[in-house]
Amino acid sequence: MKQLMLGNKAVARGLYEAGVQFASSYPGTPSTEVTEELAKYDDVYCEWAPNEKVAMEAAFGACLAGKRAFCAMKHVGLNVAADPLYTMSYTGVNAGLVAVVADDAGMHSSQNEQDSRHHAIAAKVPMLEPSDSAEALEFTKLAFEISEEFDTPVLIKMCTRVSHSQSIVECGERTVPEKSYEKNIPKYVMMPGNAKKRHPFVEERTRKLIDYAESAPVNRVEMGGTGLGIITSSTSYQYVKEVFGDSVSILKIGMANPLPVKLILDFASKVDELAVVEELDPIMENHVRQLGLKVRGKDILPICGEFSQNLIAESFGRKPASGRKLEETLPMRPPVMCPGCPHRGLFYTLKKLGCTVLGDIGCYTLGAVAPLGSMEMTLCMGASVSSIHGFNKALGAESESRTVCVIGDSTFMHSGMTGLANIAYNQSNSTVIILDNSITGMTGHQQNPTTGYNIKGDPAGKIDLEALCRSMGFTRVRVVDPYRLDECEKTVKEELACAEPSVIISRRPCALLKYVKRRPPLRVNPEKCKSCKSCMRIGCPAISMKNGKAHVDETLCVGCGVCTQLCKFDAFEGMTEEG
Amino acid sequence: MKTKNIMIVGVGGQGSLLASKLLGHLLLSEGYDVKVSEVHGMSQRGGSVVTYVRYGDSVASPVIDEGEADCIVSFELLEAARWLPYLKEDGQIVTNTQQIDPMPVVTGAAAYPEDLVNKMLATGARVDAMDCVALAAEAGNIKAVNLVLLGRLSHYFEFPEEAWMKSIEACVPPKFLEVNKKAFTLGRNA
Repeated sequence: MKQLMLGNKAVARGLYEAGVQFASSYPGTPSTEVTEELAKYDDVYCEWAPNEKVAMEAAFGACLAGKRAFCAMKHVGLNVAADPLYTMSYTGVNAGLVAVVADDAGMHSSQNEQDSRHHAIAAKVPMLEPSDSAEALEFTKLAFEISEEFDTPVLIKMCTRVSHSQSIVECGERTVPEKSYEKNIPKYVMMPGNAKKRHPFVEERTRKLIDYAESAPVNRVEMGGTGLGIITSSTSYQYVKEVFGDSVSILKIGMANPLPVKLILDFASKVDELAVVEELDPIMENHVRQLGLKVRGKDILPICGEFSQNLIAESFGRKPASGRKLEETLPMRPPVMCPGCPHRGLFYTLKKLGCTVLGDIGCYTLGAVAPLGSMEMTLCMGASVSSIHGFNKALGAESESRTVCVIGDSTFMHSGMTGLANIAYNQSNSTVIILDNSITGMTGHQQNPTTGYNIKGDPAGKIDLEALCRSMGFTRVRVVDPYRLDECEKTVKEELACAEPSVIISRRPCALLKYVKRRPPLRVNPEKCKSCKSCMRIGCPAISMKNGKAHVDETLCVGCGVCTQLCKFDAFEGMTEEG
Repeated sequence: MKTKNIMIVGVGGQGSLLASKLLGHLLLSEGYDVKVSEVHGMSQRGGSVVTYVRYGDSVASPVIDEGEADCIVSFELLEAARWLPYLKEDGQIVTNTQQIDPMPVVTGAAAYPEDLVNKMLATGARVDAMDCVALAAEAGNIKAVNLVLLGRLSHYFEFPEEAWMKSIEACVPPKFLEVNKKAFTLGRNA
């Protein structure tokens, strides 16, 4: 039966049909739904791991044991998992092992725009690149065949537009191939003597994979007009089809690594001019140039940002469609912390105290945005805790008394713990704030090791953050409720002033969680409101100024009451106790 | 048939995902090739969000570009104006008149533009603007704005009402079915 299916869900369906029995992932936009959807199949074991490296190594263990295994991550997650990947390339697999990596050209929800194809090339592993949901399903199944036939982990590169677009798929049946575990020390123990023998195997495997790429059905030629031949892949293929239809010839590359040679030379010989259309880095283009061919590419197309049909039309000298515009400049609408977000009260406090705040990856990165504007650094997962140590060591006591770092519960589990160990070990007087909203928020509510539930929502192990921090040698571990501004302020002041490192856990569940009850919306008594705009300092989207008075949008307000603590005139009414 | 383009725009958290799910279901059951493209993640936190719905004999690109939209359905007035350049020459805007202040307006760095409906009309665009929150409240739940909008959208398409209702039944949980159907009908007949 034909179904409209999200690209990520189609990968999950492909995994199910391919007989995957083990999946371990860390959430990250735009990859998250692959594992979430796979977890809905009762006969597949699925889990959220603390980070991508752990996920990939867990999947490796399962493949070694003889079960087809899988992990998913976003592009930057593959940096974390690069360590196992580069050596798994040497060991190869037992049962098939496939990893999805989802790039985010345009940075819809990411801190950089790196091109994952570099990892496939550097690790010398094959990478497939689907361009819609039907291919996502089909390529996922093929990836396991390639993995087992060529004895290699296989990457599937998704991107935002393939991951988060729905298109039509047809589903098949599940078959579960299995292998038995066999002890094989020269293959699986990568110490120098063994690894030296495996490296030539990797090089030979790449040669065989290039041969495979020459005639693999995932690399296909669609002959049309022969004036221009375009080599393209992924979502760029769809834009090229949209703009050119069959007025050009297309070599659609479905296997991003290794790239074919003869197929490209043959295609080039059939067209007058050659172009490569690929988002991000000129990887196919450089390959084509190395073959001695003349080709257009990044001389007319951008490296930065994502493509669209108009962009491609314009780059090739065609007039794109255009629309009408208002003359005035419209105010932007950047993302903001939600009404009732527990992070808001804490950031308000940090701003009020004039703290230098080193930040991390999550919803709370929005603490950098006006009017809170109280975050001065965000780099990568866990960097806040590692960096505050270096920052304080570099600047000394004066910095230690005003600098904090903030990190979410899930990000702390991902890679904050090791930074905390460094603070404990090398002794900087740093103040670490864990923003514990009891969920992985930004990616859409995934469980993590601190929540007490697993990916299926069943009870699971629960790591006690206070006990963990104490066991690392922190004697000062405090817990605050970020809805209570006085308590937050007092605690942060005390911990900055004291002469030893401390952890403050700012604990309140995400306001969007289903079990968190919304309280009735507050309203402003216009008689009492003196238009001082104190309440506007917390940047709550539910509060605005209407006709000179503060106004609460009843469709947005969840009754958290942080604003009531800022109003000197008690103008907010309708506050109820938590029920 | 040439590919038709519908955009659903609004503010993250307003419930546009249900609207696109429902449209996708309808168009697939009407026998079209369909692509629906959404953005998840950061922008869902109160930012400007857009969903692209494309259908026809064979759809290639998953996104809609400037000057291509046959219809823009907007959950919020400023967002309708923001995405106006995406409207085709003879395209139709269907918008809720609800105004949600973006953060630059909240902080006082910018003002919410006035009289946007008339300004859009002045560009020659066809604009159908209505207070969907009031109609959703009338239907029994202010969160049913999405169904009010879809009801209004349905007015501009030739698909039979029954087909829309079947898709609502397929996409909405049973306990919200009645209020959503009512919201749809109120929007359709507004």
